[in-house]
Amino acid sequence: MNNASETSVEISVKNLNLWFGKFQALKNISIDIQKNQVTALIGPSGCGKSTFIKTLDRMNDLVDNVKVTGEVVYQGRNILDSDTDVVELRKQIGMVFQKPNPFPKSIFDNVAYGPRVHGVRKKQNLDEVVERSLKAAALWEEVKDRLNESALRLSGGQQQRLCIARLLAVEPDVLLMDEPASALDPIATSKIEDLIYELKNDYTIIIVTHNMQQAARVATNTAFFYLGELVEYAPTIDLFERPQDKRTEDYVTGKFG
Amino acid sequence: MEAKRRELVPFALLWGAGIATLVILIVILAYILANGLPVISWHFLTGEPALWGQTGGGIYSTIVATLAVTGISLLVAAPLSVGGAIYLNEYTKKTPLRKIISQAAEILAGIPSIIVGLFGFLFFVIYLAPLTGGWSMISGGLTLAFMVLPISLRTSEEALKTVPAELREGSLGLGATKWQSITTVVLPTALPGIITGLILGVGRAVGETAAILLTAGGSLNLIQSLRDPGRPMTLNIYDVLTEYRDTSTAYGTAAVLVIAILAITLITDWLMNNYSKKLKGL
Amino acid sequence: MISIKPNRAGRSLRRSATQDIKGRAIELLLLLCGISSVCAIFLIIIFIFAEGLPFLIQAGPNFLISSVWQPTDNFADGLWGIFPIIIGSLLVTVGAVAIGMPLGVACAIFLAEIAPAPVRRILVPSVNALAGVPSVVYGFFGLLVVVPWIRGQFGGFGTSVLASWLILFIMILPTIISISTDSIRAVPKEFKEGSLAIGATHWQTIRSVLVPAASSGIIASVILGMGRAIGETMAVLMVAGNSITIPNSIFAPTSTLTAQIALEMGYATGAHREALFAMGIVLFAFIMILTGLANLASRRRIAY
Repeated sequence: MNNASETSVEISVKNLNLWFGKFQALKNISIDIQKNQVTALIGPSGCGKSTFIKTLDRMNDLVDNVKVTGEVVYQGRNILDSDTDVVELRKQIGMVFQKPNPFPKSIFDNVAYGPRVHGVRKKQNLDEVVERSLKAAALWEEVKDRLNESALRLSGGQQQRLCIARLLAVEPDVLLMDEPASALDPIATSKIEDLIYELKNDYTIIIVTHNMQQAARVATNTAFFYLGELVEYAPTIDLFERPQDKRTEDYVTGKFG
Repeated sequence: MEAKRRELVPFALLWGAGIATLVILIVILAYILANGLPVISWHFLTGEPALWGQTGGGIYSTIVATLAVTGISLLVAAPLSVGGAIYLNEYTKKTPLRKIISQAAEILAGIPSIIVGLFGFLFFVIYLAPLTGGWSMISGGLTLAFMVLPISLRTSEEALKTVPAELREGSLGLGATKWQSITTVVLPTALPGIITGLILGVGRAVGETAAILLTAGGSLNLIQSLRDPGRPMTLNIYDVLTEYRDTSTAYGTAAVLVIAILAITLITDWLMNNYSKKLKGL
Repeated sequence: MISIKPNRAGRSLRRSATQDIKGRAIELLLLLCGISSVCAIFLIIIFIFAEGLPFLIQAGPNFLISSVWQPTDNFADGLWGIFPIIIGSLLVTVGAVAIGMPLGVACAIFLAEIAPAPVRRILVPSVNALAGVPSVVYGFFGLLVVVPWIRGQFGGFGTSVLASWLILFIMILPTIISISTDSIRAVPKEFKEGSLAIGATHWQTIRSVLVPAASSGIIASVILGMGRAIGETMAVLMVAGNSITIPNSIFAPTSTLTAQIALEMGYATGAHREALFAMGIVLFAFIMILTGLANLASRRRIAY
């Protein structure tokens, strides 16, 4: 069921199937992700949400024994093709993970990491990118005086915003967020949600979340995944208040999950 | 209460074992240092060896020889072991190749030094004589590399293993290539562990005698080139003791070696402590 | 709110051939590095066997059983029996392990279970230091301290089986201690907690639960220690006495495969030299057996 509100399509997924060995984790997923909107993926644990977004930036390539069929069309090509430049893809579609994973380097070096590996060398340019990214991630004020300190000294919430800043520094189009706030306390969580709400004006954001209130707060469209299937995809309000599928209804009313 | 008393005996024995081990070390070190430190002087370290049969010479040429063979072994073993460890940990999964390489390294580590020396003699001193100069620092150093390689391979692999997977995912997710991830994130993070392994390898090379005995030549003359034969410090201890009973030179050399070993132990200890702190962000 | 929007036009998503080639080349280079250890072993085996195997075949089983060793550079003129030397190797190894194992395992238990942190901070580097002392320095210490002591107390030359035991056990201690400590530490906490929770004392827990659970690792460490002892050259060369006879007491001198090779390589030629390589093969065989046993032992874990 697909009634999502449409502006223009950033990523178009058609008949995506994925197997880990014999186990089929994604069953015939077709979904159009809208540009410059936040799309939330909800559903019980283990039903494919994380696997799905990892397919979008080809991070599933890192796992053994994975087989994928179908199409993921982005920028006019199927990125599942073997002649896709995966490295360039990941610059354009970036991911933030559930547990913040800053490098054991300074705050500055963490944010400058992306630009550096892509060839930016001049100190002036790096300073500028780092400042812009940290500001866009709403972290600048808190760290501007200690950019040379180890990133590991930051709190969990700050580390996650640092990871977002790190991502923004490579100037992607699409941000994939795999339960970005689940490891954080409520205050840090709300800061991240505010940030996502601000960022959506310029980026296409896909966020996996267990927290239905979070989806309701930040997402324009929401997709409900269950046991590897895309059950329902609609504007968030519609999905929650007028679910069309019984399974969706059961989930959003708390009967399971 | 009865149980508590019966506990005393085993615990006393265990404490005794720990203390005994410590005492053994202290006795040996104290003995060497007590007799050896007085011998060490600027002249001892920089002077030429005494003529045959006389005492009171210096060990400069032996120090140079030790540095030469150690340097050569490190030059060869370091890239091979670190490169191999990177390959094992970053490019293979549970393939049979990985097991073969690991097993090979383990077996290599267990081969007695005299056998490696026999091999070095055949291969470097005889077979490759035109290249190595026969009995020479090169032959000795290359032979030693066979012994340093498995040690640093294993420790480098361990160090790489401790780098959490999330760091690799993070850097790949930012669009870095695999090699970029390795050089800019994984290696720097694992560096203290890798360096520790290399230092341990150096320690092995510095202390090795049997393999050197058969490949380095044993000449007391100061080496002019790496194709010259030489006599590293360890070999010198053996030679001066058995040839001319020159105990004072032997003590002095032993003291120098012992100090080097202590320094290596302390440095690697400190490095490893620092490393675990760094990973926790302290 | 600062926005950072790039101009994506022109950033192709098609795979770059040069990047691919570069990546493959790097992987190949690293593979070669990895294979170096495999090559190393093959090289060693090939050369040693090439030199020693023909002799071994020519000398036949007599090589291992005969007790008469009179080498010359001509095979026909020499007598080639290394039985006493083999016995010597085995003897010094067994004795070193007999002393080193109880002390080493006890020290490992101490380090893993009993020693308070400050004591561990001293003892662990100390064990590492013991491991780092060059073998020739151990031999030196043995020659100047242990040997005269034995001579004074028990007569004879002092260079003896006993002297070898006393020095060798120290040299294998670090191997036994560090691996056994790791094995005991690796026993799951639940075992220890389960035992203590039903009222067993700490020592009872150690003796009946922890040590048996760690036994495969401990045995492996001892076997590795044996490997080190039988492969040790310089220390034994200096304190064992280098006498090619089967010792009739622990105060008598003996010789080992390692020491004999080291001693005679300096002047051996022709068949004599080949014989020494053959001895190397025998030694290598012992090491392989011991390594294999150690691997077997560490694989036989108590299933948990």
